[in-house]
Amino acid sequence: MPAAEVSVTHAARQSPDTCAIEVRGLCKSFGEVKALIGVDLDVQRGTVLGLLGPNGAGKTTLVRILTTLLKPDSGRANVLGLDVVKDAARLRSEIGLAGQYAAVDENLTGLENLTMVGRLYGDSRAGAKARAQELLARFDLTEAARRPTKTYSGGMRRRLDLAAALVAKPPLLFLDEPTTGLDPRSRLDLWTVIEELVAEGRTALLTTQYLDEADRLADTIAVTDHGRVIASGTPDELKDRIGGERLEVRIEDGGDLQAAANALAPLSDEPPTLDGELVRVNVRQRRGSIVEAVRRLSEAGIGVDDLLLRRPTLDDVFIALTGHAAETSPERADAKSEGTERAGRLRDRRGAGGRR
Amino acid sequence: MRRAISDTLVIAERNLIRLPRAPELLIAFTVQPIMFVLLFRYVFGGAISTPGFSYVDFLIPGIIVQNIAFGGFVTAIGLNEDVHRGLIDRFRSLPMARSAVLAGRTLSDIATNCLSIAILLCTGLIIGFKFSASVPEIIGGIGLLLLFGYAFSWFFAFVGLLVSTPESANSVGFILIFPLTFISSAFVPVQSMPSVLRAFAKVNPFTITVDAMRHLWVGAPAGGYVWQAVLWAGGIMVIFALLAVARYQRATGG
Ligand SMILES: Nc1ncnc2c1ncn2[C@@H]1O[C@H](COP(=O)(O)OP(=O)(O)OP(=O)(O)O)[C@@H](O)[C@H]1O
Ligand SMILES: [Mg+2]
Repeated sequence: MPAAEVSVTHAARQSPDTCAIEVRGLCKSFGEVKALIGVDLDVQRGTVLGLLGPNGAGKTTLVRILTTLLKPDSGRANVLGLDVVKDAARLRSEIGLAGQYAAVDENLTGLENLTMVGRLYGDSRAGAKARAQELLARFDLTEAARRPTKTYSGGMRRRLDLAAALVAKPPLLFLDEPTTGLDPRSRLDLWTVIEELVAEGRTALLTTQYLDEADRLADTIAVTDHGRVIASGTPDELKDRIGGERLEVRIEDGGDLQAAANALAPLSDEPPTLDGELVRVNVRQRRGSIVEAVRRLSEAGIGVDDLLLRRPTLDDVFIALTGHAAETSPERADAKSEGTERAGRLRDRRGAGGRR
Repeated sequence: MRRAISDTLVIAERNLIRLPRAPELLIAFTVQPIMFVLLFRYVFGGAISTPGFSYVDFLIPGIIVQNIAFGGFVTAIGLNEDVHRGLIDRFRSLPMARSAVLAGRTLSDIATNCLSIAILLCTGLIIGFKFSASVPEIIGGIGLLLLFGYAFSWFFAFVGLLVSTPESANSVGFILIFPLTFISSAFVPVQSMPSVLRAFAKVNPFTITVDAMRHLWVGAPAGGYVWQAVLWAGGIMVIFALLAVARYQRATGG
């Protein structure tokens, strides 16, 4: 990736106020559906907030309110010291938004898309084009610059959308599920890009359904569910509350489950849980735990079918914080009947933490 | 104000750039009207009697008016796609003039309508259409056509914001407008219709506009038609522009 741009001007950052985003008691309903019920949130300048939550939690609604696309019913929100309702017009030139669904014109080329956005920020044609080319180079899209974006892959579209959010070099970025629907490789690429953007001193709010994504990119995580923030803290604080890696052992048919649990108990501070042929252990530390587990099981003479060490997923977070698994709100599922997209996403979520 | 104009031009330019890349739209603007002119002229023309005019002179003003009324369907499809694919969110998150999305959209229709008029006029002239008009009358006719087309762009903008898919935007527009254009003087003299249809055809704005065009281009007697046509176009434009703007604000949660 070409050299990072350092020339970000942060007029807003010089203000003594250190809060980039300040949200108090924010509520928003769509008819009967209460999308937000009293959200409080603080994001410090120069930090990344990861807004973690399942489908229908209200993440997009919050992002849309903070980016002036939607008016809240009650409560208030200040972004870079500007009120999202009263100072909406001024705020728009200070923020960049990459929405949940890449907002690019399919029939325009990458270059035309970015040039158009630049001109809508008030740039001259030449200035907008130069900036567009700079961004295309930065996001590895130069070769595709003159192709209509309908020929782009999902990852390329996301990068273009992100580039569009950066046209005016905003000090504050909103990224709504930036990696949802991408393959693992594109996902890693995008993470790197986002890390670079943040390293330049930007503030960012990103929403995600993946704990590992929030863990990697965010300084602070706010867990949302049913329209409110149910927990927040640094990734480490949160992980302390939900425990570390999960070791899952599937015992051979007819194996002694209890014996296996006893054999694995020393790996954890908590007693293992049993579930069918599965023994689950919250291991104390990742390193060496697989070797240790295999050794203990074979010493006890227990046959193993499958064994995996995985990071806690969003589901684990929810079970730990609320005692129940994350559920997709039913209204949400009908609200957008993009069946395949949704099904794909739920599948994604399952696999998200699975790293052997 | 200056900003509103430049933003509108940027959006209009964008709409025009993408047009040639959607071949089915381009065909709707070029091949399809030519086909209709030829079919009417050579298939129906012989069977329709138009006292005082050759059928081709009678047909061309009528068929151009019909075509221009549909010119705005690109707006319906385009706006609908923009809303549902999130592009409107991108626009609304920018510090651009709010009015530019709709204004730019309808403005680009004027350009495509000019193209339609040129294509149809050339086809007409090739198959024997003759103006019997002064240059100001010819130009006045083109002006009336563009105004009428612009008014219908707002109708289509409203339809595009109202329905949930681009396909239904297209068919709703078609179902509402197509019969109106046929129950008018566009293709046959209204005198030949059964009395109920004739009564409707006489007050139909399409008849009034087509008759005004015939007055301007081929010297048909027409009394107050031109002014009535202008008033109709203005009225349609104002009503649907208001509806479209209100709908736009609702559709975008503003
Ligand atoms: N325009 C709308 N009209 C009606 N209901 C809406 C609208 N937008 C959102 N909702 C509802 O508000 C709730 C929160 O939706 P939101 O899109 O904010 O969730 P989310 O956390 O972004 O979910 P996802 O992960 O699926 O994107 C859902 O129940 C949804 O159905
Ligand atoms: Mg969302």
